[in-house]
Amino acid sequence: MAHLPDLLDRKLLFVTGKGGVGKTTISAGLALLCASRGKRTLVCEMDAKGDLASSFEAAPTGFDEHEVAPNLWAMSMDPEASLRQYLALQLRLPRAAGLGLATRMFDFVASAAPGVREIVSVGKLCWEVRERHYDAVIVDAVSSGHIIGQLSAPQAINSLVQVGLVRQQTGWMLDILSDRSACGALIVATPEEMPVTETIETAARLASETSVGLAGIVVNRVLPELFGNREEQAFEALSGERATGHLSRALGGEALPLLDAARWMVKTRRSRAAHLQRLREALGGPGGAPLVYVPYLFLRSYGLRATRQVASALSAELEN
Amino acid sequence: MASKEIVVVCGPGGVGKTTVAAALASMAASYQGGKVLVVTVDPARRLSQALGFEPLHRVQRVTGEAFAGAGVVPRGELWAEMLDTKASWDALVSRHAPDKATARRILDNPLYKNISERFVQSHDYIAVERLFELHSEGDYDLIVVDTPPTRNAVDFLLAPQRMAEFFSSRLLKLLTVPYRSHLADAAARPFYYVADRVLGTKFLEDITEFFILFQTLSDGFVARAKEVERLLADRRTTFVVVSTLETVPVREAEAFLRLLPTRGLHAGGLVLNRVLPSYMMDLTLSRRAEELSQRAGELALELSSDGGPLQGYDAALVERVLKELGNNFDNVTVVAKREAAQRAELARTPSVVADVPELGEDVHDLAGVLEVGRWVWS
Repeated sequence: MAHLPDLLDRKLLFVTGKGGVGKTTISAGLALLCASRGKRTLVCEMDAKGDLASSFEAAPTGFDEHEVAPNLWAMSMDPEASLRQYLALQLRLPRAAGLGLATRMFDFVASAAPGVREIVSVGKLCWEVRERHYDAVIVDAVSSGHIIGQLSAPQAINSLVQVGLVRQQTGWMLDILSDRSACGALIVATPEEMPVTETIETAARLASETSVGLAGIVVNRVLPELFGNREEQAFEALSGERATGHLSRALGGEALPLLDAARWMVKTRRSRAAHLQRLREALGGPGGAPLVYVPYLFLRSYGLRATRQVASALSAELEN
Repeated sequence: MASKEIVVVCGPGGVGKTTVAAALASMAASYQGGKVLVVTVDPARRLSQALGFEPLHRVQRVTGEAFAGAGVVPRGELWAEMLDTKASWDALVSRHAPDKATARRILDNPLYKNISERFVQSHDYIAVERLFELHSEGDYDLIVVDTPPTRNAVDFLLAPQRMAEFFSSRLLKLLTVPYRSHLADAAARPFYYVADRVLGTKFLEDITEFFILFQTLSDGFVARAKEVERLLADRRTTFVVVSTLETVPVREAEAFLRLLPTRGLHAGGLVLNRVLPSYMMDLTLSRRAEELSQRAGELALELSSDGGPLQGYDAALVERVLKELGNNFDNVTVVAKREAAQRAELARTPSVVADVPELGEDVHDLAGVLEVGRWVWS
């Protein structure tokens, strides 16, 4: 685990994973951790669903970042706004220069032209890094089904566009994206069949189709291990009729459901362990991607408290 | 479900839509009879092996042995198909193109590949489009379609409309007027100025040419999209929404359920998947768990004493186990209560709500699929 700490030294991290695995919570926790270590941090939500703001219990995020915690700024990507900012900077046009229809048309064209929309989104983040506005930029990126298209945009542009400003941008962006010490992708998975399968596929496609390196895997929602070997034997013995009868009498009511709940937890964890093993075999090992584990959070609701717990779980893992 | 011909299984990503779709289809084939087809986009490997999903439109019949292995003699037939987006798009272009040469030019255009992979939520559109085709062929009594993963479940419903809007949009018209004459169009001038500088003239011309080609498909596409929309709104089509009881999926499912009636679509039911068993939020049990933790030391001594049911076990070890039992129940109660709160949020739900408990293991064979099906089927 010696190379884990440099996860926090990256200047640009794209956090991806299958839908529903907790990308946003992990991104928020990681950002909070970076900020708490004194880094000026930007966290950006790419799909603008609004979940990021609730992770900090903050006001809704927009394209213009606002501070949600000390040292921590949050924003939502808006390709059209990003394009306007880009044009304003590149063509020295004022940001609100009656470009309404032009940007809408451009957006329309961009949805057909591979990589154009992606380049203005990813480009904005690379630009924040290049201009050293932040020490760390954490991206709550699109899900693993869409991330390859986003990160391979500069190559796609290079192959299709011969001239023009967009083409000129790909060079410096590729420099940042392919710098393993500065940038990387972090895949979040839960120890379940589909998320693990998709993580393994995404890791392979990252390597073959993009210039972005795999910075690590976060295994999220790991269930607790209730019993060691000897405890498990005692637990089995407790499940016997005489023992449960004894407990039920002592507690003045059925004790069996309490044992059932534990059995349920043991069984669920065990079926997930097999997927975890598959993940380790495919991506771990010497020279492989570091795996970081975040426990299942038994919390009433998700908000800043959950984000803090994720941050401290990550912190503990990184110090191991 | 007996009067339906199409069941669309939809909902947020990662909630087990494919399993629920397979469960509904296999229950229908088992007990209702007739010829049932389940169409999916991206099944888990073991599930697809169990059901025989094969890529490239190859429809497979689920074998009698698979049913026998699950202890069921089906009344009808179960067929499975895995959707191939690329092939479906190609077929669509070939069908709607005015002639073979135009179709070829579109299929060979480098921008087409990008369009067919990403444009206008192409997965969503292609799924409904394929559904339409299958339904009009009339080979099946019931078609259960598992909707593809999208950024938002609602995208699926809007896909046909978006497709129609795309072709009739002013932007497309502006773009497909012969390129150079545009410089005279005042409204489009800023765009061409910007696009020229940013993309370069050559690329812009390529794009315009592609749009002009693509526009030849317009009439066919728009007419078809309308037919597809009509089929979705038909009485014979029902939508089954799947969600877990986690915050983000619930919010998405709720939005989806609200949208269905506004578009004249019929919500047939809500399936809550991987729900914790209800005993886990029983208040009396919670108190009992707490008491167990508190009295763990004393109880451990009794249990492990001579003649006790756990005679010979180390009392400290038993105490740890008892404490863990109490603590674990506490934990699952928190989750079960969180789920109950989410369930309350889903206040405006359709009348049918089915719970599928978290079974603690993956569904990877027909027996497992049918077990889920028994929870859903009512």
